[in-house]
Amino acid sequence: MISNIVIVLFDGFAFGMLLFVLSVGLTVTLGLMNFINLAHGAFGMLGGYVTVMLMRQFGIPFLLTLPLAFLCAALASVILERTFFRRLYRAGELNQVLFTIGLVFVAAAAATYFFGTGQQPIVLPRWLRGSVELFGIRFGIYRIFLIVVSLAITALLFFTLERTRFGAKIRAAVDNQRVAQALGLNVERIFAVTFALGSGLAGLGGALAVEIVGLDPSFALHFLVYVLIVVSVGGLGSVPGSFLGAALLGIGDVAGKYLVPELGSFLIYLLLVVILLIKPTGLLGKR
Amino acid sequence: MSIFHATGDTSQPVSWIRQRNRWSIFGILFWLATLLPFYFFPAYLGLANQVAIAALFALSVDLVLGYAGIVTLGHAMFFGLGAYTAGILSARYGWGEPISGLLLGGLVAAAVGYVASFLIVRVQHLALIMVTLGLGLLTYELANAMSWLTGGTDGLMGISTWQIFGTFRFDLWGYTAYSYSLAVLFLCFLACRLIVNSSFGLSLRGVRENVKRMPAIGSDYKWHLRKVYTISAGIAGIAGALLTQTTNTVTLEVLSFQRSADVVVMLILGGTGRLYGAIIGAIIFLIARDQLAGINPQYWFLWIGILLMFVVLFMPKGILGGLSRLIRREE
Repeated sequence: MISNIVIVLFDGFAFGMLLFVLSVGLTVTLGLMNFINLAHGAFGMLGGYVTVMLMRQFGIPFLLTLPLAFLCAALASVILERTFFRRLYRAGELNQVLFTIGLVFVAAAAATYFFGTGQQPIVLPRWLRGSVELFGIRFGIYRIFLIVVSLAITALLFFTLERTRFGAKIRAAVDNQRVAQALGLNVERIFAVTFALGSGLAGLGGALAVEIVGLDPSFALHFLVYVLIVVSVGGLGSVPGSFLGAALLGIGDVAGKYLVPELGSFLIYLLLVVILLIKPTGLLGKR
Repeated sequence: MSIFHATGDTSQPVSWIRQRNRWSIFGILFWLATLLPFYFFPAYLGLANQVAIAALFALSVDLVLGYAGIVTLGHAMFFGLGAYTAGILSARYGWGEPISGLLLGGLVAAAVGYVASFLIVRVQHLALIMVTLGLGLLTYELANAMSWLTGGTDGLMGISTWQIFGTFRFDLWGYTAYSYSLAVLFLCFLACRLIVNSSFGLSLRGVRENVKRMPAIGSDYKWHLRKVYTISAGIAGIAGALLTQTTNTVTLEVLSFQRSADVVVMLILGGTGRLYGAIIGAIIFLIARDQLAGINPQYWFLWIGILLMFVVLFMPKGILGGLSRLIRREE
């Protein structure tokens, strides 16, 4: 019984960390510009396909493909931000929602065109496969790897946000965009860089997700709901909030499906609605 | 305010409302044109029926999204509630009388909508979108889990709808189905028209334009929002019940996120905040899907995605909004 609880918590936490990497970029950009980017998951999908293709076509090792997935997603996001998204910052939430969901549809169709509708499995390197036994409980090695990588990214994010000059600028712009601008900060540039970094992280998350949840053209739409839950439950612009929201969602999702499979995702959605009704700004959101 | 810049003496709100309630030649022609499928496209009456139902659903979403400014991504829950109410009434209790089933479907959806409206008015912006989305997904999961009542993923079996008024039998070709749906759509359209062109409709626009000023001029905006949300839920429920009665099946698809998203897309295509926008959007969306999906169903999403991005960038007021701007420019 105890071992079951531990394994549910462990798997859920690993899944939650995956969700955190996928969604933290959206949290920050939403907090910065109030730009509702539903296409965030599409960058994750792009990262996933980059990893799959590099490994399969060119035989590049898994670990090396991760930074490339990050770069490709970041690059794609910069191009889209410069050409389309910046026109929509003042366009109202409905237009943002519609434009970006249109982009998700186009991305799904493009993925279908290039890679087909099937699942894209990858073969992990030997040292990431299998499991280790601790206190009589078997932990998946890849999930341990996932947690370690995500925690490292989290630490890096916190350091950047709290200790560097750029992080201070981001925090200032999230707190009060007008005053930050009045103090001479180029909020638009800060936003462009943050947007690229956040989308890159989504790409990395997508690459890491292939082994856990698989990859097909519906990835972006499927994870959209998860990502939005993390962002809105955690609170706009709050990185610790996202971390908390992602961990909660991951553990809740795995525990719900393990303990009461007949209810499906019912509990998750119930939790989402209840949390938002009690705290419309999310758990740790300020606005 | 720009809405007062219509022709005639519109300085008085009462005369403005009266003027808005007059029928234009376009309106009359439009409703005459809805009769065309009977004579020219009898093979497409099934599609015409789907269009009428989708238009009614889009009309209900237009009330909350276009007029009151509540962005909703979960309105299929009310559509599905109406559909399942009518279906369960027939399949489980053996009562297939269409008019009462329709009204009951609308009532159940409106009752749930009234309860949900208390939650909806508490939140704004992203939280609002997420709460509507969450409620929609919740209803879907609930219907899936309660398969003893809803039939689960297999759908609800054994629905049979009696003749309308005991005389009009539902035929194979869809003459009755389309007439029925069209009549209901027209009646609901009249009701919506009265609603949006009333003082209540005006206060809804006020909420949409500036939520903070409404309490300042003594308007209880939360009560207005709750009212319109309940009405809209009821109309969506009627649309759902129509679908059940004209097709004699209900599947979980009536509650799906896809349906909630599709209806918003229709509305945006046609133009929000205009009742005809909802109907024209439904016509274009369903005919395009019928034609394009016939060519290659996989790439339907590509077209709808491109269309969405195009409309947002170049026609933010939808097709009807773009047309009316063109006409005004020529004048």
